[in-house]
Amino acid sequence: MGVEQKLGDMGVVTTRLEDVINWSRTGAMWPMLFGLACCAIEMMSAQAANYDMSRFGMELMRASPRQSDLMIVAGRVSRKMAPVVRRLYDQMPEPKWVIAMGDCASCGGVFNNYAVVQGVDEVVPVDVYVAGCPPRPEALIDGVVTLHKKVRTEKLKDWA
Amino acid sequence: MSASNYQTLVEKFKGTVIDFAGEQTFVVSPDDYLASVEFIHSELGFEMLATLTAIDYGVQAEPRYHLFLRFNSIAGHDTFNLRVPVSGHNPKIHSIDKIYRNANWHEREVYDLFGVHFEESSDLRRIMMPFDWKGHPLRKDYPLGYEEPQFTFNFDEIEGHKPYAVRREE
Amino acid sequence: MPDLQSVTLEDIKHLVSGRALEGDTMLLNMGPQHPSTHGVLRVLLELDGETVINAIPDVGYLHTGIEKNMEAKTYQKAEVMTDRMDYLNTVGNNLGYCLAVEKLVGLDVPERAQYLRVILAELQRLASHMVWLGTSALDIAAMSDYMYAFREREIILGILELVSGQRMMTTYIRPGGVWRDVPAEFDKAVRDFLKILPKRIDQYESLLTKNPIFIDRCAKVGVISGEDALNWGLSGASLRGSGVNYDVRKFAPYSSYDHFDFEVPLHTDGDVRARYLVRIAEMRQSIKIIQQAMDRLPGGPVRSSNYKFVPPPRSEIGVSMEALIHHFKLWTEGFSAPKGSVYVAVESPRGELGTFLESDGGPKPYRVHFRTPSFDNLQVLPKLAKGHMVADLVVIIGSVDIVLGDIDR
Repeated sequence: MGVEQKLGDMGVVTTRLEDVINWSRTGAMWPMLFGLACCAIEMMSAQAANYDMSRFGMELMRASPRQSDLMIVAGRVSRKMAPVVRRLYDQMPEPKWVIAMGDCASCGGVFNNYAVVQGVDEVVPVDVYVAGCPPRPEALIDGVVTLHKKVRTEKLKDWA
Repeated sequence: MSASNYQTLVEKFKGTVIDFAGEQTFVVSPDDYLASVEFIHSELGFEMLATLTAIDYGVQAEPRYHLFLRFNSIAGHDTFNLRVPVSGHNPKIHSIDKIYRNANWHEREVYDLFGVHFEESSDLRRIMMPFDWKGHPLRKDYPLGYEEPQFTFNFDEIEGHKPYAVRREE
Repeated sequence: MPDLQSVTLEDIKHLVSGRALEGDTMLLNMGPQHPSTHGVLRVLLELDGETVINAIPDVGYLHTGIEKNMEAKTYQKAEVMTDRMDYLNTVGNNLGYCLAVEKLVGLDVPERAQYLRVILAELQRLASHMVWLGTSALDIAAMSDYMYAFREREIILGILELVSGQRMMTTYIRPGGVWRDVPAEFDKAVRDFLKILPKRIDQYESLLTKNPIFIDRCAKVGVISGEDALNWGLSGASLRGSGVNYDVRKFAPYSSYDHFDFEVPLHTDGDVRARYLVRIAEMRQSIKIIQQAMDRLPGGPVRSSNYKFVPPPRSEIGVSMEALIHHFKLWTEGFSAPKGSVYVAVESPRGELGTFLESDGGPKPYRVHFRTPSFDNLQVLPKLAKGHMVADLVVIIGSVDIVLGDIDR
């Protein structure tokens, strides 16, 4: 009979601070409304009744960057829009994560020309890439779960 | 689509008619452009301008650009095509946004992407590209901007010059 | 990283009223990222307190260079890019482009393929109107309609996936017909859906149509007369809400729409509520069209057998020399079109979607231009918004039903 079993009966759990903080960060990660093009419609479908994203803590989508943690770049980023994306990213408070949803945000997609930025990682640092044109809502939820797994393994000093 | 409309225009404005795939197009010179559009609006009764766009035939061709217009008449159940050649040296033509109000944004798009200047337009600025963009993208001598895809055989080469963003820009 | 460019007062001096230059009114930016602008639309507002004096839209934040990119691909490969233009009407975009290519080269389409095209185009119209209803209701804070509408939309996307394998960007309609025949479950899936849909539309209407808050917010807001609407080039429900009877399906019927019996709903008020009623009635007419098409669906081939433009079936390549040669030519070079230009219009849920296609005799389109309905529909925003408050501006943008991919291409 170890210390953990005895303490558990009295309502005390021992763990590391890092694990608790990472777990709470994944519990209610609020995405910022940043749908640009076709992938935004699949993101809206993922938020609606059939593939409910509020099961994963993303109950609402905040319009203001100051109140959100996660930026899902859904859609193609044109050259005119790139500085706007960077400014919105800078306005988000830390800790913040970015999911590049869709082919256009990951690598430029079908469009390899003068007007589209070839991958939004030229503009903001990306944590998870979700492939598809547009990715199914289930693929987006898979990307979100992957991000949660990544956040669980983060170190506190990354965000210090 | 009715032949009599094209006939009246040919007599009045000395243009030609092209016949292709079951539809006719009237070609008019740039000097008669404004007068013929006024005639189409007031006399022939075409109330709606469907589209105004341009085609670039290359640096060598003369005239370099053709403007293409399409009109709809709801009351007369009819459509009408118009083509206007515009020369490539200092391309400019009169604007028709006093007659058809929606021509304004179409002309702005043609100015932005081709460089054709519209005189006496109520508002001529760039619409699709950023305001300080240099060049007119849809011209034939403007490059597509194709970026080489990164495969395994050229992975390191492209990794060297592809810009990646950092979290905090100092 | 280029800096954000700011629009100075000098640039827009000719568009704002004199009071702005003195500092009497306030210039506000309703930026590209905004919950109610249905995409990346930027509107520069000149406000006197809460009243809008001027609203100047600034588009181009989603410009993708589709028209120039299509000039570098063959006709078959370029069709993939048309899906991504108006991403709520993907089947309709494909249809417009394919009709233009067929007119250019003179290709026939068998009747079964035409009826299938009609069924899918009307299903896509229903799906697009559901997104419109959901997002417009969300702007007025009627959130239940958003959930209801997306529930039905999932059924339609399931039918599209059954037929083509993809939920949104299907590229199912190809030059010469459709890609392949529909599977056996298609009939039951569509008929089951049509059985439940009329009650569901009644459910959406019961929340909004007779609701006094909705009527207060939407009646007499954003009014435009029929004559003005024609002069500004409006089309679709925005034009029919002002009393002008212009529907491309009746004006210049394509793909055997003249075989079906349906009405074009009209309304004379010209305000936001009129456009809402017109779109709800259009949804009911779409059900009627799909019902007639399903009942009279003929048998036969689903793609033209002119193998100069249409790939031959794989089974024939092993036995027939001509089939092999045609397959080789189509895959390496693509088919060539005669020199000339065509313009074909179809009725998208937003209005008249026109494809202008010009060929110079080669295998790639020389110039392709899309006359997109949202481009002209948005241009009239300053006129509609003048004198209303900022909250009404949100409702007006919702009623005009714009899709930014359509405007910026």
